[in-house]
Amino acid sequence: MDLNEFIANFADQFEDTDSSEITAATEFKNLDEWSSLIALSVIAMVDEEYDVTLKGDDIRGSVTVMDLYNIVKSRS
Amino acid sequence: MAFLETKHVAIRGMSACVPKHTEKNIESYQKWGDYTKVRHLIGIDQRHVFNDGRCTSDLFYSAAEKLIEGLGWEKDEIDAIVCVTQTPDFIQPPVACILQNRLGLKEDCFAADIPHGCSGWVYGLSILCSLMQNGTMRKGLLFSGDTASKVASPEDKTTLPLFGDAGTCTALEYTDEEAPIKFALCTDGSGSDKIVIRDGGYRHPFSEHTLDMVDYGEGVARNNNHIFMDGMSVFSFAISKAPKQIKDLMEKYAISQEEIDYFVLHQANLFMDEKIRKKMKLSRDKVLYCIEEFGNTSSGSIPLTLVSRAKEDLENKHLKLIGSGFGVGLSWATAYFETDHIVCPDVIEI
Repeated sequence: MDLNEFIANFADQFEDTDSSEITAATEFKNLDEWSSLIALSVIAMVDEEYDVTLKGDDIRGSVTVMDLYNIVKSRS
Repeated sequence: MAFLETKHVAIRGMSACVPKHTEKNIESYQKWGDYTKVRHLIGIDQRHVFNDGRCTSDLFYSAAEKLIEGLGWEKDEIDAIVCVTQTPDFIQPPVACILQNRLGLKEDCFAADIPHGCSGWVYGLSILCSLMQNGTMRKGLLFSGDTASKVASPEDKTTLPLFGDAGTCTALEYTDEEAPIKFALCTDGSGSDKIVIRDGGYRHPFSEHTLDMVDYGEGVARNNNHIFMDGMSVFSFAISKAPKQIKDLMEKYAISQEEIDYFVLHQANLFMDEKIRKKMKLSRDKVLYCIEEFGNTSSGSIPLTLVSRAKEDLENKHLKLIGSGFGVGLSWATAYFETDHIVCPDVIEI
């Protein structure tokens, strides 16, 4: 599983946020555009691209994009 | 997987009743900002809701009267009624008992409630078909629906735009024909805290603090008599479990996608349902939606979708259908069933 590809897939869920703003260290909940609706898009993307089920607690417990990547990687 | 196949019970009719009053989401959402993006995801323009004191049994009553009239059934022929609802008129007695009397049904009538939500129509169908399939009870009515709008906090932007009210009635009859209905039924109670109304049962009885509004920030304030929903967890549950269950049912009973006329998913929200549809690679014209007009009506949504979107086909054709409900419990249930020129009045507004 490729980190850069995951970051790109993650960034694709945002409309108004420039993808250059999003890195592995980005604390995604601090992004202006972050919302519970974007969270659903991220869950759907992870399900589709990695066949992994992210739960609400996984999102709530993650701070950075890297945290999410590690969860997905550990289950894929 | 709990599979079940019932025989000799056929669906003869289906009706749905909603409150006349509607709430437009573009107006209800104004206090939280622009609804456009939210609309794009949840797909709901308006919801039919009671803005007076009327209850679930009022919807059931009107749905039943119209359907019984359309079927030409005598009321004393009805041997069983099952009411699926999580918003009963009272904690006690069961809605089914209230309806038995109000509809003027005979005393010699089975009547019971099933307190299930989004999976409830399928669960109710599995129970009533099981009861009726040996032929001692010949005619039965399955009611399903909720006044779901009453459980949403007016100050919770994550639930208020979702829920509408609806009550439906499905008429079943014992038949000598095979009339198989095939079910898959599942449960994950570890998610029982993902959709919950905390107070008012006996774990947390209604108290002087039940109605205290708590502000959770980001447009979410509610009390303990309002519904709490962990939207992210419910979403990930539904998009992983529902498609798998539908697929498992079709594999178990060798049902092909091509032979199904319509797939009817619980109308949870458009994003979730579309995700399930795409995951199953179903074409858009095989999946019915009524969510834009009625919102999420809990256990009413599968029959409401059929009545409001496929009335002519239900009345004039032999259809092969799959219905799938998923939600509170967590509970999910899928049924393969057929309808053949059934009675289907227009959606009733009261």
